[in-house]
Amino acid sequence: MLRAEALRHSFGAVRALDDVSFSVQPGQTLAVFGPNGAGKTTLLKVLAGLIQPQRGRAQVDGGRRAIGWIGHQPQLYAQLTVRENLRFWASLYDVTPPGELLARLGLEEHADRPVRALSRGLVQRVAIARALTHDPTVLLLDEPFTGLDRVAAEALSRLLGQHTAAGRATVLVTHNVEEGTGLATDVAFMRAGRFVHFAPRAGRGPEQVGEEYRDAIA
Amino acid sequence: MRSPDLLRHAWAVAAKDLLVEFRSRTAILSVAVFVVLVLVVFNSARDPTAVSNVDLAPSILWVTFTFAAILALNRAFQIELENQALEGLLLAPIDRSSIYLGKLIANLVFVATIELIGVPLLALFFNVQVLPFLLPLIAVIALATVGFVAVGTLFSAMTVRTRFAELLLPVLLLPFMIPPLSWAVLATGRLLAGRPLSETLGWLNMLAVYDFVFVVLAVLLFPATVNE
Repeated sequence: MLRAEALRHSFGAVRALDDVSFSVQPGQTLAVFGPNGAGKTTLLKVLAGLIQPQRGRAQVDGGRRAIGWIGHQPQLYAQLTVRENLRFWASLYDVTPPGELLARLGLEEHADRPVRALSRGLVQRVAIARALTHDPTVLLLDEPFTGLDRVAAEALSRLLGQHTAAGRATVLVTHNVEEGTGLATDVAFMRAGRFVHFAPRAGRGPEQVGEEYRDAIA
Repeated sequence: MRSPDLLRHAWAVAAKDLLVEFRSRTAILSVAVFVVLVLVVFNSARDPTAVSNVDLAPSILWVTFTFAAILALNRAFQIELENQALEGLLLAPIDRSSIYLGKLIANLVFVATIELIGVPLLALFFNVQVLPFLLPLIAVIALATVGFVAVGTLFSAMTVRTRFAELLLPVLLLPFMIPPLSWAVLATGRLLAGRPLSETLGWLNMLAVYDFVFVVLAVLLFPATVNE
């Protein structure tokens, strides 16, 4: 469903990706943990096709249409309403926004409010709705829990659980081991552009993963 | 990608940009005020005994439109940076040329709105007749506007992620604006002077060729300018 083969990419003298290879199958959720500057966001951008790697190749079955992206920024237009934003993004995928999505994310009563009038947590929920509006088979998530309140974080976790249960793939990058471990079927640790650990989670909890992570990146 | 898809996605981008501008109205209001201010200042400073209105008006009209367009073009891709919406556009399964075409359509509507304000004000302040030559004048303005907005939209995409975007855009754009602006000033001058239409046909042809060449070039080059 998603393959990365010997990815290498540098920004000037800084090597952001250094020989990264892995694959993610349907029903897998790969959580990539790493400190700031480890190359996590670059990895996601290469997988999404936003950055052309200098070496190696990344392939997502179904191409750009199959990808849903939730990043640091919501990719929304502040002057437009929630509904107008979703309608616009859906039109680029030649779909209509699914009606129940707003309800699932608790956004129904905010649908006709401009995004600029929403709180940070609500904006992040709209960003999640935007990413899911075309029913993607591969989700790429860059620190998706940033700015979410507890209710929204739980709603996102539920949605990601349903996504995985439906046989779809997810790659989640974060520096927060606690929030990422529960969702993961596989775990990778990234340091200076390299995977220093990549294995199934195999029942490990956040504490154990956190301990191994600290040892791996030390 | 098929042409209907290209045009549909381009229209979606353009409609979104126009709706964003309609909601905020910041750019259109500031540019409209700029146009009125420039025409009022030039009108106050002119000496009709030194240079006739018909000789002066074309240059003032096109100087006003040029700077108004640059102000407008600066904001074309700024709205995509606000919440990294540009990444969302690049991720979407659309031909990247449709993003360019959408921006071009929105910018043309924006600049045309400014021109709709500017031409009657010019006729009023400078006491020049535009109604007898309205159709050819519209053709000159439309052809010149398409040319420099096509180039400006491309350069706006190229410079938007640089630190000095607002400075770089006019520096890059002005040399490319010189040919269509010169032809437009000459053609407008002939029209306002009441010269035969045949005298302006050569300039109109040049403008049409410029438009064709630069719209095609910009559509082809745009995908490369937005790669990270």
